[in-house]
Amino acid sequence: MSDRLALSDDILMKIEKPERYIGHEVNSVMKNLRNVAVRFAMCFPDVYEIGMSHLGIQILYDMFNAMEDVWCERVYSPWVDLDAVMRREGIPLFALESQDPIKSFDFLGITIQYEMCYTNILEILELAGIPLTAVERGEDCPIVIGGGPCSYNPEPLAEFFDLFYIGEGETRYGELLDLYKRCRGEGVGRVEFLRRAARIPGIYAPRFYEAVYRSDGTLDSFAPTEEGIPATVRKEVEMDVTHTSYPRKPVVPFIKVTQDRVVLEIQRGCIRGCRFCQAGQLYRPVRERDVEMLKEYALAMLENTGHEEISLSSLSSSDYSRLPELIDFLIEECRDRKINISLPSLRIDAFSLDVMEKVQDVRKSSLTFAPEAGSQRLRNVINKGLTREDILRGAAMAFEGGWTRVKLYFMLGLPTETEDDIRGIAELSNEIAATFFDRVPKEKRTNGKVQVVASTSFFVPKPFTPFQWAKQCTKEEFIEKAYFTKRAISEQLNQKSIKYNWHEADASVLEGVLARGDRRLSKVLLRLHEMGCLYDAWGEYFDNDKWMDAFSQCGLDPDFYIRERALDELFPWDFIDCGVTREFLLREWHKALREEVSENCRQKCQGCGAGRFGGGICFQDRPRDGGASSDSGPR
Amino acid sequence: MVLRVKFRKYGRVRFIGHLDVMRFFQKANRRAGLDMAYTAGFSPHQIMSFAAPLGVGLESNGEYMDIQVNSLTSCMDVRNRLNGVSVPGIEVVSVKILPKDAGNAMASVAAASYTVRFREGREPDFLRETPMEQALERFLCKDSIRIVKETKKSVRQVDLKPGIYRLTWDGEALHMLVDASSGGNIKPVQVLEALLSDYQEKLKENALWVTREDTFARVEGEGEQRFQPLDGIGMDDGQYAASQAREREKEGNFG
Ligand code: SF4
Repeated sequence: MSDRLALSDDILMKIEKPERYIGHEVNSVMKNLRNVAVRFAMCFPDVYEIGMSHLGIQILYDMFNAMEDVWCERVYSPWVDLDAVMRREGIPLFALESQDPIKSFDFLGITIQYEMCYTNILEILELAGIPLTAVERGEDCPIVIGGGPCSYNPEPLAEFFDLFYIGEGETRYGELLDLYKRCRGEGVGRVEFLRRAARIPGIYAPRFYEAVYRSDGTLDSFAPTEEGIPATVRKEVEMDVTHTSYPRKPVVPFIKVTQDRVVLEIQRGCIRGCRFCQAGQLYRPVRERDVEMLKEYALAMLENTGHEEISLSSLSSSDYSRLPELIDFLIEECRDRKINISLPSLRIDAFSLDVMEKVQDVRKSSLTFAPEAGSQRLRNVINKGLTREDILRGAAMAFEGGWTRVKLYFMLGLPTETEDDIRGIAELSNEIAATFFDRVPKEKRTNGKVQVVASTSFFVPKPFTPFQWAKQCTKEEFIEKAYFTKRAISEQLNQKSIKYNWHEADASVLEGVLARGDRRLSKVLLRLHEMGCLYDAWGEYFDNDKWMDAFSQCGLDPDFYIRERALDELFPWDFIDCGVTREFLLREWHKALREEVSENCRQKCQGCGAGRFGGGICFQDRPRDGGASSDSGPR
Repeated sequence: MVLRVKFRKYGRVRFIGHLDVMRFFQKANRRAGLDMAYTAGFSPHQIMSFAAPLGVGLESNGEYMDIQVNSLTSCMDVRNRLNGVSVPGIEVVSVKILPKDAGNAMASVAAASYTVRFREGREPDFLRETPMEQALERFLCKDSIRIVKETKKSVRQVDLKPGIYRLTWDGEALHMLVDASSGGNIKPVQVLEALLSDYQEKLKENALWVTREDTFARVEGEGEQRFQPLDGIGMDDGQYAASQAREREKEGNFG
């Protein structure tokens, strides 16, 4: 194995955390190039510690490298210090394993997890020496393919990608790489490969589609420009989540990364249907992994990584049907091995409190509730089935069990929100603090006091949610709401026990603009890139003024993208079929405005459309109605 | 029982910092399936201690950590298992069982030996006029070798002289044995900076290629005999078996 590094000792000695760039971590995969037909660079366009913590990449890395003639390597955004050095010295972006330039790869796959990383994507391309727009790329360039949640509205990035993979990577990558090898064997060029790739289900090749706009700026039509290119692209779903790729030997970074533990994904999807939540719609239907498989993988991954902690991952772990069995198993196995168990996204109830008491130090840990909205009325609008009583009961139990710290998560700017709803945030926080003083006698108060931390983020309407039609607040409206919340909290009796945090407003607005944006925004992104924007997901590097300048220089108005949308408006993402139908989303939008809740998938099928994938929760027995009914379920 | 593990660090893993090497071994010990001893409490930690931290970018042929285990197959087996789960560049050289009264690795460190080379084109300019041997002779004859040591908290003058136990030149590289105790640790770069300052010169950027050769504890004796590699006191499998046999014999005599 060669020990050549892409960066000189001089550079590595000068930059922060050189370990980010040297590769060779435990379980990273090295291959002999003689046996490799396809080289795939998998990129998370953010710093190493964030990118290495992402489960999706670990899954795909494992899947690709299990293919004998494919070598998948990793690449992340160089941190700002190295970025400057690479630009100055003309050092091409390289992959961690081989340390070879990205430009020499067959594919550059970029996972797109949040909107504010778009500027980093352009920087990745530039550092790699790959022309920014897809049509400029020649035969010497890798195929640039995007995936991840933001690819469900890929339009703002359409110009920069050759392909997008819509949906879960487990299903079609084998087919795509086979096609690639065939095309190369036949001597077929890049464009013809892309054309053929566009016919693979789940693959979107933006260059073969054209968007036409009306004078008011809305979309008039969006259609393929060639015969044989599909008009809609349906998301790909792995229906058998038990017998599929999952890493037994995930890569173990040298440095401490955000997710410094074994991550066990117990299920995909969520039964809940909260109306603001994009993940809850995109990953339908819910599919559980077999509990025996999870047990086996948990042990294998602990053995192969040496991690001292294991965490369960899913959108809502409490809804996993075999949770008690799995947790009992883990507690049993981890006790002797001295392994910590971390259990995020558990609903607070007697069961979870009992479990948490076993696995963590009650005095040091805090409890988390996510009511998302302050009043019951607004919680009905967003279909968050968590009541004030649930929360107060959970808090009371927790306080009696010795917990003294509670974290609360809310959103500001939700559709139909009034001042009363916001005041509800303060009142609920206050009631929780009061519950502590009510329930815990003075002599039993561990730290003497209770700490309630209320955090608000700003609501961003996302594609493929019932709120995709909703108006998003402006920056000024957001800030006003945050001040109102702060004031309301300071008026509470127990205000000394309540701490209030709120997120940046500027970035939330732009996140919303990009989330529901169209192809024209690629101009703005190019402009931002020229202005040197980088790491916009990091508050300290984000510069709102530059964004505003870029918009005005491109003649585009951010407000256009955050406006309320007409019910019959054609959306840039409508050509994607994510399983959930537009009719269902519209039905939910109307129910939201009527403050009506919808049952979750386990209680009663809502006929969202995802039943047509032919499996998962849609076909499981329900207590009452016995499965998705023929007219509302699978179609 | 406590094992003293000696390992090398070279190649690209030179860029892994000291804390991350500790994290690496915490996980490696688990992967290797060692029967580690843990601290009590809600978040138990492996009981381990590292000798003198090695700076980022330096190579070493003599790093040490002590680990406490509840049971042991054999020293050889522990070595093989750790190497089986390691990465290229972190290589366990030997594993020894410490006698019961031995101090931990960290507290025992008294000195370290280094080989220091100049990277190509970054040799000091004075070498054009003055041979290194001559420069060293002059350097070591001084009554004191004062440098300014800057830490986060203070700026103070220290004298390197008493802490430089050996400093020689073999025509290509410098070899030195210097104080590495927690109170008086000397870095090779400090010695070189002091040497160059006699010629009004500063070290060129990233001029040195430094290899730590070994880490030493203080024992009875004179001169360099005062220092013995940290694993000098441990027992290998054969020595341990012999000592066990002796113990049994003693017990037999009493019984
Ligand atoms: S079809 Fe019914 S059960 Fe299936 S995901 Fe949609 S609402 Fe849930």
